[in-house]
Amino acid sequence: MMLRGRDGCKLIAEKPKNYNAMPFGLLKYGLSKEYPAHQHFTPKTDLKPHYDVVIIGAGGHGTAIAYHLAKHHGIRNVAVLDKGYLGGGNTARNTAVIRSNYLTEEGVNFYRESVKLYQNLSNEFGYNIMFENRGQLTLAHSDAAIRSFRWRAEVNQHLGVRSELVDPQMIRELVPNLRVQDDARFPILGGLWHADGATARHDAVAWGYAKGACERGVELHQCTEVTDVRISNGRVVGVETPRGYVEAGCVVQAVAGMSSVVAEMAGIKLPIHSYPLQAMVTQPYKPLLEPHVSSPHVHVYVHQTSRGEFVIGGGSDPYALYNTRATLEQKESLASAVLELFPFLAQAKMLRQWAGVTDMTPDYSPIMGLSPVDNYYLDAGWGTWGFKATPICGQTMAELVATGRAPELITPFALDRFYDFRQVNEAGATAASH
Amino acid sequence: MKLLNCPLNGPRNITEFSYGGEYHPQPDDQTTDANAWAEYVFFHHNKAGLVLEWWCHTPSSFWFLAERNTLTDEVINTLTLAEFKLREASRG
Repeated sequence: MMLRGRDGCKLIAEKPKNYNAMPFGLLKYGLSKEYPAHQHFTPKTDLKPHYDVVIIGAGGHGTAIAYHLAKHHGIRNVAVLDKGYLGGGNTARNTAVIRSNYLTEEGVNFYRESVKLYQNLSNEFGYNIMFENRGQLTLAHSDAAIRSFRWRAEVNQHLGVRSELVDPQMIRELVPNLRVQDDARFPILGGLWHADGATARHDAVAWGYAKGACERGVELHQCTEVTDVRISNGRVVGVETPRGYVEAGCVVQAVAGMSSVVAEMAGIKLPIHSYPLQAMVTQPYKPLLEPHVSSPHVHVYVHQTSRGEFVIGGGSDPYALYNTRATLEQKESLASAVLELFPFLAQAKMLRQWAGVTDMTPDYSPIMGLSPVDNYYLDAGWGTWGFKATPICGQTMAELVATGRAPELITPFALDRFYDFRQVNEAGATAASH
Repeated sequence: MKLLNCPLNGPRNITEFSYGGEYHPQPDDQTTDANAWAEYVFFHHNKAGLVLEWWCHTPSSFWFLAERNTLTDEVINTLTLAEFKLREASRG
């Protein structure tokens, strides 16, 4: 089967770009005699009685919002509170996929800007987030999938995202280790190649944002759980913590995996069901696989990390749960799916497994913006698409907090859409799990 | 392997069941405004803790209710809708 572009020519797969991240700073540091260690985050201090902005959740999103508030809006009397530690929630549990090959115009525009910010993030921080532009390949095993990929490729190209349909021969060239054979149980008919697909060290994203925010006066308070949100006359006035009450000009919640629980403290009900998503990694191998590869049909996505482990992900549990236990059913399903694509992994040993709780919305789009409570802002419903949105979320949510108005990029994601029946049906939201 | 006690078929492997989401009493469609209807359709309490929810035994298409703890992944109790309504009525 040969897939052809609009002009009838065979499409040539674009190669990922090479981004040279922060070479001079790193070189200078490498050549320095003393390897000076920097204090990245503010040392533990008492909570102040009042902050202009309290951000609940010190993950990538929370710290990115604080960073943008301090850097671009001059709002520095900000506290980021977390019940655990910096980047210890879903920022640590996601599988670090960065891409923008979504299906809806609203989604593509939003994630495209996020990928652009990611490309320059190491330079912006002066701190290496290990961004790697690897490319991402989504596999089609049916005619229906080819049709939907053609649709996605057209939407993506129209909006300035590098996506194209590729045929099995091109897939063999892009991923030589992938099993592309006609006698496979689910033969590969084609794929959606997304040259902008990338990965980065997820922890470093939160560390970089937190470092930049703390340098500008933001306070990071770890092990400081928000236990209640105080509201007066329909307006948020402060939060309770075990370390005392804190008055707040406004509050942002950025707590992926606990969105409904935290919102309930503010009396807000959300259109979310929380499901665990299970993933695992193999022992390290030499470099064998450059792009991300995912198959919505066999329900798996896989990529090789820069330290050699194969990350195998995508197993959503069949029922809602706030628990990160493993199940044999999901592990078996992920293993059999990955062997369908990469049979050489049959001898691989699993090194680690984990799960993260994903806040799934009915339309697979996030909930960002104003809430029914004045000065209480929502950054929720991040399901399985939160990590890739981190930079643009920081930028847009900070603008919302600073100006009180949602920037155009996020107005489609307001909570109101569920009352107005204007959902953003994002069928391109996850690479594998549904 | 996790078992779920179906009120019709007895204890079965949980993979035989489909999860049906939280139990919400359905509002009266004649008297409910659009906002309340949207909330009924899309919004969930999504509680961390004890919840009441719909489950279906797929091979027999039998729908029933289960009380489950979403923090510990323990099923506390399963009951038919009739049993649930009887229990609610007796509690007043």
